[in-house]
Amino acid sequence: MQAQNTQRIRALIARGKLKDTLFAALGVICLGIGLLVIFALVADMAMKGFERLNLDFFTNFASRRATQAGILSAWVGSLLVMLVTALTAVPLGVAAGLYLEEYAKRNWITEIIEINITNLAAVPSIVYGLLALGIFVYTFGFGQSILSAGLTLALLILPIVIVATREAIRAIPAMIREGSMAVGATRWQTCRYHIVPYAMPGILTGVIIGLARAIGETAPIITIGALTFIAFLPPVPFSALPDGGTAGLFDWVMSPFTVMPIQIFNWTSRPDPAFEVNAAAAGFVLMAMVLTMNAVAIWLRYKLRKNIKW
Amino acid sequence: MNSYAMSATPVPDTPTVSARLARNAMRHASERVIEALLFAAAAVSVLTTLGIVYVLVSESVLFFQKVGIVDFLTDTQWTPLFDDAHFGIMVLVSGTVVSSAVALAVAIPMGTVIAIYLSEFAGPRVRELAKPILELLGGIPTIVFGYFALLIVTPLLQKIFPELPGFSLLSAGLVMGVMIVPYVASLSEDAMRAVPMSLREGSYAMGATRLHTALHVVVPAAFSGLAASYILGVSRAVGETMILAVAAGMQPNLTWNPMEPAATITSYIVQVALGDLPHGSIGYQTIFAAGLTLLLITLLFNILGQWLRRKFRENY
Repeated sequence: MQAQNTQRIRALIARGKLKDTLFAALGVICLGIGLLVIFALVADMAMKGFERLNLDFFTNFASRRATQAGILSAWVGSLLVMLVTALTAVPLGVAAGLYLEEYAKRNWITEIIEINITNLAAVPSIVYGLLALGIFVYTFGFGQSILSAGLTLALLILPIVIVATREAIRAIPAMIREGSMAVGATRWQTCRYHIVPYAMPGILTGVIIGLARAIGETAPIITIGALTFIAFLPPVPFSALPDGGTAGLFDWVMSPFTVMPIQIFNWTSRPDPAFEVNAAAAGFVLMAMVLTMNAVAIWLRYKLRKNIKW
Repeated sequence: MNSYAMSATPVPDTPTVSARLARNAMRHASERVIEALLFAAAAVSVLTTLGIVYVLVSESVLFFQKVGIVDFLTDTQWTPLFDDAHFGIMVLVSGTVVSSAVALAVAIPMGTVIAIYLSEFAGPRVRELAKPILELLGGIPTIVFGYFALLIVTPLLQKIFPELPGFSLLSAGLVMGVMIVPYVASLSEDAMRAVPMSLREGSYAMGATRLHTALHVVVPAAFSGLAASYILGVSRAVGETMILAVAAGMQPNLTWNPMEPAATITSYIVQVALGDLPHGSIGYQTIFAAGLTLLLITLLFNILGQWLRRKFRENY
């Protein structure tokens, strides 16, 4: 009787352990699918696009002939749009984060701003495109320009920058502020010389993640009307223009443009399979950019967690 | 070197009290200016929301002056740019619902299993390694996922279902699901890790296995967090654009069958924006009406998510 019971209990335990193992295996498989997708994506695009990944590809404009088409206008456009986005989103986001953490009183205005930031993060990106189409393109008259695109993406990633800034600031202990104030610094001086520099790595992580997201965004930029076929670059400051004039320092912000994701979209939507190769090559370049940025952000955060001891 | 010898000016006198007060007042004033500037930056987010609502509503009002709201909700055709124009938003909503359903059928089970695995089974090393990988998956541009769906997943699926067309909600939805997995997994894992250790210890002490503890103790305790992560997944799926624009065909088609091509609210907006519509035309206004519908759907789910979180919040 006793032996029988022991056996039954052993069997029960074994069954429980088996189920545990099976579930753990299921978990590993699910994780593996994610890993496999990243791997398959990168490998497929690298293999298909390999033949096109040479210097010409980076220095040629888009073309009707697949083998001559390049991504010059796309990567230059992406870079310039990112410049406008970063120059707008970083100061605005850091200032907003500083205000909410260091200045804001607990009242209904602050509450509205906070709820609003949370909700904005859940608004589909294409809705930002519609906002930009109505406000930047038509109401402000910026047209379908780099400026409109940069500002749109800046608004889109603003919640990411604000949240990262706030988290970085919250990790700074109160004694830093008290020390600064105790020697007579004003609140702004405390922020300017202590809070912001110490929060910088955390802010930077958020900014990089935000920009990595922005560089891959397609929908809002299509909505404001970026062109899909473009064979010229925005005017370089102080260069000669075709109409005989000279480009000003900021003429490029009003220029029409295209960006990497739109170039890929254009190529994937063509029936001619020759453009598939181009799409793969351009996709590989875009993936490389985004993954590098994300890796830098992850590394930065990892390093940050290890090194800081207040 | 002696700095006193270098300077021609004598050491300044201690400022008078009134001078110091004046300087303090200056400092105070500039502090107020800076605070106002920082507040203005924080207010940009509110202005953005107001801008979104203003743009969508003002253009939609113009749209609804031409198209009755009943037609908009009940018509079974969506042909806004044809001579015989029909504006039945249900056509686009059906595409959105079907593709989201496919995506969630992938993302919710997979995300939950990964979250349970990472929070209850995996050791700290695996967790530290797996989280960044998941983050990378969530950071891949959606246009690249669109390429993946159209040129890799669709041909693969066609080997299993030979009758599958070149564009389908199924392949777009499946890839969209993989894209959403990291969001669901990461939020769910946070929710489950917030469950206090004592609950697990109690369960283990009763002789429960890890799986039993995870499914019967941790998951119910973290239910509000899990529900919130699912709702976020729904929001993402409904708002996703490029995967659908590339792989689902952009053909307005009132269907509940994932094996067919169809247009979603988002892919319709992209399609029309590509055509360079004149400002103020009915076609231009339709994208704002469609955008407003999209915003209302996501808003509904956000409110539902917040309500769920509040209703099922556990007190340990």
